[in-house]
Amino acid sequence: MIEGFAAALPANAWNWVAVWRRNYLAWKKVSLVTILGNLADPMIYLFGLGTGLGIMVGRVDGASYIAFLAAGMVAVSAMTASTMETLYAAFARMHSQRTWEAMLYTHVTLGDIVLGELAWAATKAFLAGTAITIVSATLGYAAWPSVLYALPIIALTGCVFASLAMVVTALSPSYDYFVFYQTLVLTPMMFLSGAVFPSDQLPHAFQQIARCMPLSHAIDLIRPVMLDRPIGGIALHVGVLGLYALLPFFLSMALLRRRLMR
Amino acid sequence: MSQDQKHQVLKRKLGPEELRRLETPAIERESHGQTSAKSSVPDSASTVAVDFAGVTKSYGNKIVVDELSFSVASGECFGLLGPNGAGKSTIARMLLGMTCPDAGAITVLGVPVPARARLARRGIGVVPQFDNLDQELTVRENLLVFGRYFGMSTRQSEAVIPSLLEFARLERKANARVSELSGGMKRCLTMARALINDPQLIVMDEPTTGLDPHARHLIWERLRALLARGKTIILTTHFMEEAERLCDRLCVLEKGRNIAEGGPQALIDEHIGCQVMEIYGGDPHELLSLVKPHSQRIEVSGETLYCYAPDPDQVRTQLQGRAGLRLLLRPANLEDVFLRLTGREMEE
Repeated sequence: MIEGFAAALPANAWNWVAVWRRNYLAWKKVSLVTILGNLADPMIYLFGLGTGLGIMVGRVDGASYIAFLAAGMVAVSAMTASTMETLYAAFARMHSQRTWEAMLYTHVTLGDIVLGELAWAATKAFLAGTAITIVSATLGYAAWPSVLYALPIIALTGCVFASLAMVVTALSPSYDYFVFYQTLVLTPMMFLSGAVFPSDQLPHAFQQIARCMPLSHAIDLIRPVMLDRPIGGIALHVGVLGLYALLPFFLSMALLRRRLMR
Repeated sequence: MSQDQKHQVLKRKLGPEELRRLETPAIERESHGQTSAKSSVPDSASTVAVDFAGVTKSYGNKIVVDELSFSVASGECFGLLGPNGAGKSTIARMLLGMTCPDAGAITVLGVPVPARARLARRGIGVVPQFDNLDQELTVRENLLVFGRYFGMSTRQSEAVIPSLLEFARLERKANARVSELSGGMKRCLTMARALINDPQLIVMDEPTTGLDPHARHLIWERLRALLARGKTIILTTHFMEEAERLCDRLCVLEKGRNIAEGGPQALIDEHIGCQVMEIYGGDPHELLSLVKPHSQRIEVSGETLYCYAPDPDQVRTQLQGRAGLRLLLRPANLEDVFLRLTGREMEE
């Protein structure tokens, strides 16, 4: 059993690149359409809520509401981009298109495939998050150059949500189950984690729950660097995000091995 | 192009030895003793490409592969013949290390599988039953991407892609998307893709299922070309004609068990051993009693009587004068063997 699991682990540190490059090649052909599609949603939220609600809300934590919201939207867009890629696109490659099956005929192991897919989803999250960061900085909603520190955190956030979504992908019998994860996990997380309003206004119990959620930790890192403020507890936030990236990665690999290599 | 011209072209592309192999059916090759190492079960590790010893696999209470043993010699085309659900695809998956057996030992290209399956896969090419090409990529990109999975650089892949495209007869489609290809072209591309790592062993899982006759013949012809290059092929099929045409040896599977093994002609001789007369158009049970004394065996399937007769003329005489009967005398084939072994409505 243990020997079997070892065979499913990544074979080496570079095999996953071949999987990543396959996805990149396929994406390049439709990149313009998908970039526009990925950006439209968070941009509409940012300007819709930011300007509309901003008038009523005024300033939040000493910043304009739209600047406060921008950091939240950067994290949420990274979360959404990597989740969508892993739930729908990776599931299609595993299930209906059988792309993973073809990969398993080769030198690539299941772990390499999972790692390549996660890296690819994180790349898309990085693109989405970075684009909103640039727009925000250009419009003066984020401080320059400290906003650059947000970029690695966006990538890490992408890894976290790709990894979590991979567990859902490994467990789902079909596409129909993804909506439960989106509505019952991700949407509440967006509201509890301080993306659209400060979480310290929540009842104590909800604040405790929010503290366990990876999105809170991502926002707690991204918001200060975008607003050029000091960050507290960097090690804790990065540590929690790291655990949320690693543990589901191994769990998803074990689940996928059970699913695909019975 | 005339037959002769084709022959000349073929001659230029292949050596005389390869050409001979191409032109000689598998059976003949075996019976002439020119492939003596292949016709018997090999005894030294270097000539054994694949060895299954007492392999068992079950899912829940269902035994899919049951104490299965067989050996495939290098350079041989070995068939796994059986109906759907006989365990063929599971065997192919176990051979690749994609499924672990519950018991027994598997050795592929001298390497234990699944323990060192990744190493074994270096020498294996796979043509799967279901098309799993990258639909959104072009023909060339499919090959390039697949080469990367074997650790090949773009330059290394680019060096072999022209010959693979030529092999697949897809030179003019190099930049076409896979979704634009016909079923036969896709299967040819899958074969070319399986060759990118220059494998010694090629596993083909139902390679012609769902193809039209033209495409099927093209695949068969390509498959023979691979044998001519000295590749070892494991072919799973439920298509008897395919097995009979291509395989040097085969094993007949039923419910995951090996119920017969040998060369196609040897199996036909052993299990049938005479011509088959099919009789339609009368009451089969009434006809049965008429022809029974002159037959070695008789089977009834629906409205048809299958009469295994050492002397068909006697049967014909017996049935003379009966109106509305249609008789078809044909050589016995693998399908007869298969149906005999796995049973149809049977009357002996």
